Amino acid sequence: MPVKRAEKTPMPMRDAHERAHDFQEVNRGYTVHHAVFEAERCLRCQEPVCIDGCPVQIPIPEFIHAIAAGDMAGAAKILRSANPLPAICGRVCPQESQCEAECSLNKHFDPVAIGHLERYVADWERTQPPAAMAKPTRPEKIAVIGAGPSGLVCAGELARLGYPVTIYEALHAPGGVLRYGIPEFRLPKSVLDWEIGLLKTMGVQIVCNVVIGRTLTLDELFDKHGYSAVFVGTGAGLPQFLGIPGESLNGVMSANEFLTRVNLMRGYEFPEADTPVRVGKRVAVIGAGNTAMDAVRTSLRMGAEEAMIVYRRSEKEMGARIEEYHHALEEGVKFHWLTNPLEVVGDAEGWATGLKCQQMKLGPKDASGRARPIPVEGSEFELPVDNVVLAIGTTPNPLLTRTTSGLLTNQKGCLVADEQTGLTSRSLVFAGGDAVTGAATVILAAGAGKRAARAMHEALAARVT
Amino acid sequence: MPRILETRRLTPVTKYFRIDAPLIAAAARPGQFVMLRVREGGERIPITIADYDRTAGTLTIVVQEVGATTKRVCALEAGDEILDVVGPLGSHIDIPPGGHVCGIGGGFGSAALLCLMRELSARGDRTTAILGARTKELLILADELKPLCHDVEVCTDDGSAGFKGFVTQRLAQLIAGDGPGRPDHVVAIGPMAMMRAVAETTREPKVKTLVSMDPLMVDGTGMCGGCRVTVGGKARFACVDGPCFDAHEVDFDVAMRRNKQYVREEKQALDRLACMAARQAH
Repeated sequence: MPVKRAEKTPMPMRDAHERAHDFQEVNRGYTVHHAVFEAERCLRCQEPVCIDGCPVQIPIPEFIHAIAAGDMAGAAKILRSANPLPAICGRVCPQESQCEAECSLNKHFDPVAIGHLERYVADWERTQPPAAMAKPTRPEKIAVIGAGPSGLVCAGELARLGYPVTIYEALHAPGGVLRYGIPEFRLPKSVLDWEIGLLKTMGVQIVCNVVIGRTLTLDELFDKHGYSAVFVGTGAGLPQFLGIPGESLNGVMSANEFLTRVNLMRGYEFPEADTPVRVGKRVAVIGAGNTAMDAVRTSLRMGAEEAMIVYRRSEKEMGARIEEYHHALEEGVKFHWLTNPLEVVGDAEGWATGLKCQQMKLGPKDASGRARPIPVEGSEFELPVDNVVLAIGTTPNPLLTRTTSGLLTNQKGCLVADEQTGLTSRSLVFAGGDAVTGAATVILAAGAGKRAARAMHEALAARVT
Repeated sequence: MPRILETRRLTPVTKYFRIDAPLIAAAARPGQFVMLRVREGGERIPITIADYDRTAGTLTIVVQEVGATTKRVCALEAGDEILDVVGPLGSHIDIPPGGHVCGIGGGFGSAALLCLMRELSARGDRTTAILGARTKELLILADELKPLCHDVEVCTDDGSAGFKGFVTQRLAQLIAGDGPGRPDHVVAIGPMAMMRAVAETTREPKVKTLVSMDPLMVDGTGMCGGCRVTVGGKARFACVDGPCFDAHEVDFDVAMRRNKQYVREEKQALDRLACMAARQAH
């Protein structure tokens, strides 16, 4: 019987100096020995509170017990019954603020590494022979708009319930933010492709290059194409800008543009791939969420000599997952906390050369419940930079709502939808993910997609009888 | 994948394509564009919609060879398939009915006038097209436009066809009352320098003018913001708010400067393509 350890079994990872210059995955994943050893740390609580911390309610202790017993197939089955994207969520979920935050071990020790175990099981599953193709058993066709996390999960759940599902995707490849936003070193595209491949074997059809709201309208999906219900998972893809002077200078871009050029368009393979992305010696990324960490670490990998985060609040208010922050620190990213960008300055040719900033200090709490940053007078200074990347948030893309009548949005442009069912202001139109909540996490979107699928099933069943 | 049904060389550097794309043809409106990709690892490029036939389910585009990707597009022939075509994207041109609309096409920009002039003429507007090119051989689609509008005016820099001079000179004459007379609306589509000159020509006589901006784009659906154009002092996304904007509000300096961001890489890609072609030839 191995001794139960106070600490999590550490995730094996690549050396920071080596990995900071390529796009291969940082974390190597547990071996079977790590996984069983870590699974045995689980206390098997009478009331497993970890499940409450999971937006898709994975029966966490059950799959962990299966791992401890060496029954990986059983663990995989349990996991997949609750979460259609475990290989992805095991890599990108903020476990420290969800399941692992609830873990009973937390009182005195490290929590069980639930995320690492989820990833282990999903990766084990990837080595197994693929399942047979499933055929839909129900007559009602359902359309899903957007092949991002919420749409993929919703489609997977609907396929499991027997519905023929078609996902319409605007870009040339499915995945949404998993494809264009999250970099290869955090979520390899091969993992995403595998998860999407599984959905296809479940009978889900994916049609790329169709923009609902432009190529087809929502009404046409019902009236011309015979869909009985629609799920809207169009995400929050519209990048925000600060509105400070100099934002239109060359070398200034949104994190969405930077990451899309690199991830979706494979800018790191230029000129073998056609889309270039120009990264100078010094890159400032504004913001401190997961997207900011992805952008700043990507800029290192694209050859920046100095990559820095500029954030007007402090380390404590940072939105990024703690693991990403640690990885960024290890890789040599610099952090300018309490630093507010005022202006991008440029040269005669219109290229960015510097970022004028102001020092801030923390004041009383603001509407978000976080300490409000207040400018320190006379503290202006200039950081020399070649690129400025804005990672200050995104809002829902208005393309669909602008062209669809009766689909209500709130002041922030988010779709109005019932929290439990995802039902929008239009009958048989459901929505979930960032399109409803504004930019949030993959797993919250997955949870919303799953709940909406069940609500759609109920709504359609009620309609037939 | 959308199949190419017909191609035609219009000039040594421009090519006409009719593509089987029923969904896009059914939804397209004048002023909108599509994004194309022609190979795995290829870039997404915006191409203005020249015309569409809803009954036949076909889409017409005209592509000018400027970079590696447009060269690759122009190497395609009838029967070939295009890897990705998505659209129609952007907002369509919205002009109040009943006036005299002058469409100005510079170089390959003339192509986008096809569907615009057809739609405006059909609803009863008076329509004039002014087409400009350096010389006669570079003029495109004048014959196709003749049945679609009331007047077609041709301008060449060297006088080899039609009016000798720039489209803006002929436009100024129209505004002064010559030929078909002063337009109520001008829509200019073509090279940035031409659109800017049109904006300056119509600014003082206060003729409402739209220009079709052609900034660098990555996704074309509002996601990246790379296509932002300064209009009336504010950043607007050409892919969703445009691509057509009020010419008198557009900051052309910023737009032209932003379009040069990747000149070095564009040249590198072109050289590489030429190199590969040369190697293949040997």
